[in-house]
Amino acid sequence: MQLFVSQVLNGIGYGVVYGSVALALVLIFRVTGVLNFAQGEMALFSTYVSWKLTTTGMPVALAIALSMVIAFIGGALIERVFIRPVEGRSPLNVVIVTLGMFLAINSLTQLVFGTDPQQMPSPFPSGSIELFSSGGESIEVSKSTIGLIVVLLVECAALWFLLQRTRLGLRLRAVASNPDSARLVGINSGAMLMLGWGLAAALGALAGSLVASKQTAFDASLMQIILVYAFAAAALGGFESLIGAVVAGLIVGVAYTLTIQYIDALDGIELVMPLGLILAVLLVKPNGLFGRRTVERV
Amino acid sequence: MAGPSVNDATPGPEPEDAAPGEDAAPAAPRPLGPPLYPPLAPTVITLRVIFGVLLAAAVLYAPIYFTPQNNRILSQAIYLAVAAMGLNLLTGFNGQISIGHGAFFAVGAFTTAILMVDHNWTFEATIPIAAVLAGTVGLLVGFPALRVRGLYLALVTLGLAVLAPQVANKYVHGTGGRPLLQPRRSEFSSLLTFLDDDQWMYYLCLAIAALLFFVAWNLVRSRVGRAMVACRDEELAASTLGVNLAGTKVGTFAISAAYAGIAGSLSVMVDRLADGTNPVLYFQRSIEFLVAVVIGGAATMFGPIVGAVLLVLLRRNTQDLLEGQKAQVLSPALYGAALMAIVYVLPEGVVGGVRRLVARVARQQPVATAQPPSSPTPEPA
Repeated sequence: MQLFVSQVLNGIGYGVVYGSVALALVLIFRVTGVLNFAQGEMALFSTYVSWKLTTTGMPVALAIALSMVIAFIGGALIERVFIRPVEGRSPLNVVIVTLGMFLAINSLTQLVFGTDPQQMPSPFPSGSIELFSSGGESIEVSKSTIGLIVVLLVECAALWFLLQRTRLGLRLRAVASNPDSARLVGINSGAMLMLGWGLAAALGALAGSLVASKQTAFDASLMQIILVYAFAAAALGGFESLIGAVVAGLIVGVAYTLTIQYIDALDGIELVMPLGLILAVLLVKPNGLFGRRTVERV
Repeated sequence: MAGPSVNDATPGPEPEDAAPGEDAAPAAPRPLGPPLYPPLAPTVITLRVIFGVLLAAAVLYAPIYFTPQNNRILSQAIYLAVAAMGLNLLTGFNGQISIGHGAFFAVGAFTTAILMVDHNWTFEATIPIAAVLAGTVGLLVGFPALRVRGLYLALVTLGLAVLAPQVANKYVHGTGGRPLLQPRRSEFSSLLTFLDDDQWMYYLCLAIAALLFFVAWNLVRSRVGRAMVACRDEELAASTLGVNLAGTKVGTFAISAAYAGIAGSLSVMVDRLADGTNPVLYFQRSIEFLVAVVIGGAATMFGPIVGAVLLVLLRRNTQDLLEGQKAQVLSPALYGAALMAIVYVLPEGVVGGVRRLVARVARQQPVATAQPPSSPTPEPA
């Protein structure tokens, strides 16, 4: 029992990581309708920026905040320069451009920051909190996991507020749902798209930095496998829903650790678990757990 | 490979009739609107014939002219083209995006490698087995694909590509327990005495590719092919007209996977290994296939070939361009940038661009626009 609970907690630790990356994916999808394969690598670059800033002696939280600002500007620029020319073209073209960025940003990161593994300091206090103990056995959860959960919830709430309760959010959603009509009612859709990419990049910077700080060391391959699980979480959550991404991230994380612990047959191929999970959910609910049914007019 | 091009020059104004027997009703009159395959301007036909003959000659003479090293690279382009053609059937003609074809490629590669290393099969005999196995896996994946669409499908297939090396890691134990199988060099030796090993490799790949392209070319122009395109463009209308949506989609998936499997099988001969050590290798392969389709020109016959050749040359030259340590790091950057540049400059792929150019030369604008390569289906809001 104790093993089970600690594995679940461990899974939640992974889950918040997947959830936070999935959140950025969902944001960019909701605001621009694009599936960004370069999301992970953009986050990787920002993570290196935060790390570089911390090496100058800057407090970790400030460094992350600063790198989020840089990422915001970078994301907006990427939209303007690289994505705008293929906007409204075949979705395949957009996919190729983001895949090209995936390759290019990854190697640029290695070029700028070197290929050696680095250590990202954590913004959260170290150590762990004892949840309860019985008969000499205790169950602990690390403070950094709690910190990540709190950050994730705050992110979620802030995004929900932005998208659902402000005029700016309304404009963002209008551009996503119908760019032409949005333009007709006087919304600057270009600016909204840049804003969407900037926001997603900033979220990615936050997620990347926190993920890196959870690990003992990180290098340029930091985000690649995480991205697969984050995509799984985003698909499971329904791609539209912010809270869906977070919940699905947790589900995927817990499923991952429990699979490792209890299903020996899947030893080494744990990825079957989230994939099977997505398939099962999508077969029953094609729009994901939290997605809305899209009604198409024929 | 030259077959399609030469034949391409003389399509009748009418698409060939549907399979006999199925259509008991009297032949329906041609629907209104532009014909599916309009007659070509004489200039275009002449250009195509000349181009086709020249290309055929060049392709057949190439391995004699080039060094073994270059023949290997050309053979890589050929198997890449085969896989890209398979993906083109699925993505270009049927509209289902897959980022998981690397997994089917892996199935083909490991099938061949395992049969050769553990069971002492000859290489040539393993190719059909690889095709059937990859096709079966494709069939299994195709069924969920009926429910999962567009981007979701892309994601599920992405997971498949990442899964492939993990499965190999678990079940394949080559030299030193690593998931790396290397059949002996002698097993790929030439079966014809007057050809060197590398030339034999090239011609074998070429013959198989030509056969597969011929099949694909016929498939696309048949009743089945029209059903595939109809599914892509207007699913509802297609089903109203009696197109079996589920059957068409799953069938396309299986055929497409079989192409990738054959490509994987050929890759064992060309690269002399089936590799499961790199966790993102088959993901990268999937990307390569997709990129070859798009930069070559989706939903065209020549697109995958052009895309594959460009890709192989691009990869090789970006590696050669830079010397020393930075090369390893920087070449993906150049490669990625080149991909993006091609998408910006030639949104319809190279073949689409050439078509426009030819049409302009022949001053037959309507001919070029009659069959746009990959018209994105308009998304209803």
